[in-house]
Formats: sequence, C-alpha cells, structure tokens
Amino acid sequence: MSSCAPNDAQFRIQNPMAEFLRMERMPHIWCPGCGIGSVVTSMAEAIKNGGHDMDKIAVVSGIGCTGRVAGYVKFDSFHTTHGRAIPFATGLKLANPELKVIVFSGDGDLFSIGGNHFIHAARRNMDLLVICVNNFTYGMTGGQMTPTTPTTANASTTPYGNYEYPFSLPFLADAAGATYVARWTSLNARNITDSISEALNRKGFSFIEVITPCTTLYQRRNRLGDGIDAMQYYHDDADIQHGADTRTVDIGFQGKLKTGKFVDRQKPTYLDAVNTHYANVIGDDYQLYGKTPPEKQAEEEAKRAAAAAAEQADGLEAEYIDEPAECGGDDA
Amino acid sequence: MPARNTVAADPKGVDSGAHFMDGDHALAEGALAAGCRFFAGYPITPSTETAERFAERCPAVGGLFIQMEDEIASATALIGGAWGGQKVMTVTSGPGFSLMMETIGLAATTETPLVIADVQRGGPSTGLPTLTAQQDMMQARWGSHGDYRIIALVPDSPQECFDLAIEAFNLSEIYRVPVFIMTDETVGHMHEKVVIPEAEEIRVVERNWYQGPKGEYRPYRFTGRDVAPMVKAGDGHRFHITGLTHDERGYPALTAEQNDKVVRHLIEKIDSNAESIIRVEEDGIEGADVVVLSYGITSRIAIRAVQEARQAGLKVGVLRLITVWPFCEKKIRELAGKVKAIVVPEINYGQMVLEVERCAAGQCKVVSVNHCGGAVHDPEVILAAIQEAAK
Amino acid sequence: MWEIKFSGFGGQGIVRCALITGKAISLYDGKFATMTQSFGPEARGGACQSQLIISETRIAYPYCTVPGVLVALSQEAYDKYEPGLGDGGILIYEEDLVKPSGDPQRVRRYALPATRFAEELGNRLFANLVTLGCFSAITGAVTAEAMKKALPGLVPDRFLKKNIQAFDKGYEHGLALRDAVPAEPATAGAAQ
Repeated sequence: MSSCAPNDAQFRIQNPMAEFLRMERMPHIWCPGCGIGSVVTSMAEAIKNGGHDMDKIAVVSGIGCTGRVAGYVKFDSFHTTHGRAIPFATGLKLANPELKVIVFSGDGDLFSIGGNHFIHAARRNMDLLVICVNNFTYGMTGGQMTPTTPTTANASTTPYGNYEYPFSLPFLADAAGATYVARWTSLNARNITDSISEALNRKGFSFIEVITPCTTLYQRRNRLGDGIDAMQYYHDDADIQHGADTRTVDIGFQGKLKTGKFVDRQKPTYLDAVNTHYANVIGDDYQLYGKTPPEKQAEEEAKRAAAAAAEQADGLEAEYIDEPAECGGDDA
Repeated sequence: MPARNTVAADPKGVDSGAHFMDGDHALAEGALAAGCRFFAGYPITPSTETAERFAERCPAVGGLFIQMEDEIASATALIGGAWGGQKVMTVTSGPGFSLMMETIGLAATTETPLVIADVQRGGPSTGLPTLTAQQDMMQARWGSHGDYRIIALVPDSPQECFDLAIEAFNLSEIYRVPVFIMTDETVGHMHEKVVIPEAEEIRVVERNWYQGPKGEYRPYRFTGRDVAPMVKAGDGHRFHITGLTHDERGYPALTAEQNDKVVRHLIEKIDSNAESIIRVEEDGIEGADVVVLSYGITSRIAIRAVQEARQAGLKVGVLRLITVWPFCEKKIRELAGKVKAIVVPEINYGQMVLEVERCAAGQCKVVSVNHCGGAVHDPEVILAAIQEAAK
Repeated sequence: MWEIKFSGFGGQGIVRCALITGKAISLYDGKFATMTQSFGPEARGGACQSQLIISETRIAYPYCTVPGVLVALSQEAYDKYEPGLGDGGILIYEEDLVKPSGDPQRVRRYALPATRFAEELGNRLFANLVTLGCFSAITGAVTAEAMKKALPGLVPDRFLKKNIQAFDKGYEHGLALRDAVPAEPATAGAAQ
C-alpha cells in the first residue's frame, strides 16, 4: 500500500486518544475548526482523570454531526434515531443502573425534535449526563435554523435572518428540574473537562451546554470567519459567572456569552425515588431486577462448588495437618 | 435456526392459578411470566390496563415500570432497556402505534428483541378510542420505512393474551426481532377465565448471551438464518449500535452492497424460518368447499356463522391465524387449490385479505367480508358470505 | 346457556356485578363465562351495561344476542335495554328507580328495592350485592356459595362481611319473589 501506512498504523496505536476512540473509524467526519472534537477530548480527559471504569460508561447520541460522537468513542455506544437519545439512555440506565450514561448530542437533536424528552428527563431527575454541543445550526443537513439559533442570524431556512426567539438552554434545563447546569464555550477546554468530571461524580440529571463554532455553515453564512475568529469571539465576549441566574443567560446574535456553573442542587434521582418508595411499600424483600434464574443457578452452582472444594480442602487438611477445620460450608 | 434451550419461568413473575381476568391484564401477566422486568408505557385507551397491571405488580417481582412522556419515548426506552440487559415490553393502541413506527425500524435494524402489544381500536386518527377494530394489521407489517420483517401474533381470548405474550417474548429472543401482539379492544376488555400454570410448566427462552472474549464481540451476523448472540452494556464489550446501515461490528457502512446484505438478512431470518414461527388453528378444512379465514376476536364471531352454515349442510372449514406475520403463504397456496372459496372477515376495510388473494393467486375465490371499526361483525353477514361463496 | 345483561347508571357497580358473577361461574361453579362491558365515558355516567354469557361449553360469540335476563337499576337503562330482553325473559329492576312500562305479560318482572335494602345495611353502595343476591336466587344461574367465594378481591376487604349480608338479604328477597312468580330458566334464560 502507500508509504504512509506505517505512520497511519502508528497514529492509530499511539494517538493519545486511542484508549477512548475507535481508531479504526478515524478519520472522523467533522470539519476543520469544528468544536465537537474538543468536547469529545474533554469528555475523555474527564473520564480518565476520574478513574472511572470505562466498561461501565455508555454514550448515547441522536442524529446529526454531534450524533456521530457515539460511533467514534470506544465505550458501549448507541447511535439512535433523531431526537431520541434521551429516552434511549433512560431505558439503558433503568435496565442497568450500574451504568454511567452520557448523552452526547446537538442542539437541533436535543431541543427541537427531542425537546420533550429533555424536559421530562430533567423533571424526573433521571441519572444522566447530557452534553449538548450547541453550534446554533443543523450541520448534517446543511445549516438550517435550530431552536437555539439567535434572532437575526442567517440560516439556510431563514435566508433573510431568523425572526424566531431561541431557547436559552440553561434556563430551560433549570426550569425543567435539572440538578446540575453549566455552560462553556469550546475555548474553555479545561472548564468543560472539569464540569464533566464534576457531573460524572454526582448523581442526577446534569446538563452541560458547550457553545461551539460550525465553521462550514453557521460561521460562513453569517460572515463570522473561521474557527479562530470564533475562538476570538468566545475569548472576548464570554464571561464566567458561576451561579448566574439562568433567566439572564440568553444569547443574542454575537452577543455576550455568560458561562459557568449555574445550577448545582441535590435531590433524589428517579431510581433513588423508585427504590426508596418501593422499599417502603414492599419492605426489605424489594430488590430491583433481583437475580435471573440463570444467575441464581450459577450462584448456587458456585456455592456448591465452593462447598465441595472446602470439603475437599478440609479432608486434605485433616490428612496432612492435625488441626480441626473451622469453617465448613454449612453455615454459608 | 438452531433450537434454543428453554428454562422454567422465574416463579417471582408467575401468578399461578385460575383468574377471571381481561385480556389487557393477561398480557401483563404473560410478560411477567416470560421474564419481562422493564416496561415503558404511555396511557392510551384501550390498552392502559396492561400498563396499570404491570405497574401494580412490578415492585413485588423486582421489575420497573416507567410512564414515559409519549409513545415514541416508550418504544425508544425499550431498545435502551434491551441493550441494558432486560426483557422489555410496551403496550399501546393505534395512535401510539403510529408514533412508535420510526423506533420500530430502529429495533428491526439493530435486531433488538422487544414486545409491543397493540390493543386495536377504530381509526384512522383518534377514531373510536373505546371501540374495537383490526385496522392496524398492515401497519404492523409495513409501518416503519424501509424493508424489514417483524413477527405478529393475534390472541382471541384473555387466556391466549397470556399464552401469546410468553410466545412473543420467546420469539423475540430467538430471532432478535420486534414481536407485536395485535389484539383488539374486545379481547382486551373481555373477562374470561385465565389459567396461569406453575412456573416450572412455563418454558421461557433466555437471551442468547455472548460467551466469547472481550474485544471480539460482533453484534451482527448477516446469515439470513440465525442471529448473533447479544451482550449488555456494562459488560466490557464496548460495542456499538446504530440505526445506520452497518457492518458486523455495528459500525456504519453506508453502501448499497451493505444495505442489501443487512436488509436481506432481516428478511431472510424470518422468511427462512417462517414454517417454524407460524401457528394456525384449523377445523374441518379437509373436504371443505369454503374456508373461513380469520383472526383474533373475529374468528370467535365467525364460528357462529360457520356452525349455522354447517347445520345447513355446507362444508365449511375454519382457519384461524394465530401468527399473522409472517403470513402462512404455503398453507394458503395449498388450500386455494382445494377449495371453492376462502372467506375473510376482518374488522377493517380488507387488509389480511390482500395477502390471501396474493397467495391464492386466482386458484379460488377470495371473499372479503370487510367491516370497519366499532363493533364485531354480525354473524349473519359472514353466514351470507359463506352461502354465496359456496354456490 | 345464559345471556345476561346488567344495566344502570355509571357508579352503581354494574360492571362489578358482572365481574363477580363471571368469576363465581368460571372459577367456582365449573362453567364457562365471558364478560364484556361498556367502556370509557359511557361507563362513567348515563346508561351503562355489562354483559355476561354463561355456558357449559367454551364460549365463542362473546355478546348477548337476545338476553334472557335483564337487571335494570335505572330508568334510562330500563328504557334502553328492556326492548332487547327476550320474550318470557327475566327482568329484575330497582323498584324505587324504575317504572316499568309496556306489556306486563311479555317478560317476568321482579321488583327489588335494592337501594333501600342497601341503605338499611348502612350504605347504598351495597345495592349491587343486594341485586346479585336477588339475581342468583331468581335465576339459579350461579350458586350462592360460588358468589360469596368470588367476593374477596372484588369488594374491599373491610366491607366483605357487609357485602355478604347484602347478598343474603337480596337472596332471601329473591327466593320469595321466585316462589311467587316461578322462573323457568330452560326457556327464560336460554336465548338459544
């Protein structure tokens, strides 16, 4: 093959992200200057730094440019239908509560077609981390308006400028009951990492919005320059205001961007509430999912095997060591 | 398809004994007996009783019921739940079934085992919320976009709601396919005796769990005969699932060739096993001039007409479809060569009759006794059709 | 075979009547029973009905064709369903709520002060059990033992005794009525 093959192989093995990415699927589809990759890197960093069991992390995405994240990360990962990442993640989490489930998707996916699912998962305080890459546009379909496109911004379906009012995502999340809400720009890589770390170490519905540039569509169509120009804008106009009232964090076209951690409160998660409530109703017998018959059978077999082994060991001990065996298997 | 081992049902989920129960409740009992422990649902008449029963019973059996925000979310949560390791179910009726269609396509292409019961009511649209129909039969087969196959069963009594719920779960596990229970308002709300056997008498197909080493798991094999084993998220296999056309690793593979491979497999895995999936009930087919083909509640209505026709000396056979999809093509082809006519009453404007016509291929008359939603047939109408067909 | 229709207004326990009887028949009297009911808004107000088929053999057609028994606990239900009652059929009606009209010879009429009896027992909610007692005695379609066995789970535990009392009260009244106007289930109940 080509002369760069060894380099390519090395790249796939030695890349610092190799542990987190399905390197066999590289290169990815994202454009130069796109912010999605930075957020993926931050997520990987956070998972690494937190020492989380990577086998217990699941990533669920919807459809769109950000929707492709699930396909690239080397976790149990699910690329679902448009808008439905959150209900999918809900089913996954509830079926296997030991998972840490991260929903990674875009503004159009999560807040237009999937908006209803977002508010209900937040209302239930479903134990999910939802990361929204908000680039104000539908990238995959070619730059149409989304529910976050600032008023007056140009999109392919608002060719004369947007005349709708956008959602302010932190305000929406806060009002719907999310227990952790933060916003960053993709310039704030460390802050994003820290926020994801924090969210991964807590329970409940966590929402992190990351403002990122779509250089190919949103930036170009609005004559905002390339990725560097976007970084300049974030640098100049983003202002960290932890604890800011979410009613005040809406975004105007190229306006000031309030970032930071806005909400961090505790309340029982959906599963906590289920478990507490059913334990009260049913008593000590209540156990979600219990054990399946094969699991029970395997457990019994293991117990029998252990007992048999212990018995044999006892026999051996009795033969070779003149000391009574103290722990039989009978009291187990 | 290699035969799959069955195990006895988990006694926790089996409410053994005789009950006077409606079909909707029996569906929930069947699901619990089959080992379903995760149910995501949204209220809709006339199916809600199934969700209510599951919600009531689940704490004691260690199951979980969640009322989702809509039917799209319910169906989607099932796919997540299945890949989280549970046997999963939801129940709905026409409008909700329509909303689930996109997700059903995702379940079909990701080969996710799940069970959806559609307690049919009159449509289109909101239609007749409290009144019976069989108008979603073709929707069950063709409702989601693209080519794929599903399995659909139709119970004719509360007892069969229980029995077929178990069978639906077993089939969904064997073929990794969505299975629909296409019942109707009448059966759903009808109370009859339902006998739930002891747990050890109920045979349940467990999920075929992948046993191989980590890192080598392939979620798919496109053989057209069998399906790959499954894993659950959290077990360290780091697998990927997508609704895009995919390869055996589950990675997107967006070519015409791969689409052909995937779709052929989805179709062939059901079609090549159709004979072992299909169940029908026959009575008096041998030597019959006319056969009445029906399913669900309509087959019970048709019996009265058949009895009267037989009393009048006509040779009438009965063919009741228990499995509607895949359709019993072979049976109909054979039958069409032997009888004068096949009479097909159904509570819709003529849906399954189209399949009968296709398979009969002009070898015999096919008479549609169509009747839109809201009520069962007047048996006299079916009788008249039999008499006419016998001429 | 019996074809029975229970009717009244929503909230009188019409559906419960058929449920209790169906359960008694199919679980404790060793026969087949199929029960259907009006559902939804109709069951919550206005005339409400539930149907019960009882048979020695498996039931195919689940609805009444020509009911042999009509229990009517409201005027509206009587007006709506009485014309459908088969000739010579059994009509059991709430005598304080229903004024029968038409040909008194067409069907056999049994007047029952169900609500009054129930109120004497402390709560008009027991009227449906009074009715069932009377129904059981007059028709003989179901045994009193089976009916009482069927009650747990279908009436609140704390009212089980009261409900049995109500049943007995109705049963007693029914026996007296039956002796006055003997019913012949072979022709009366059997629509076919």
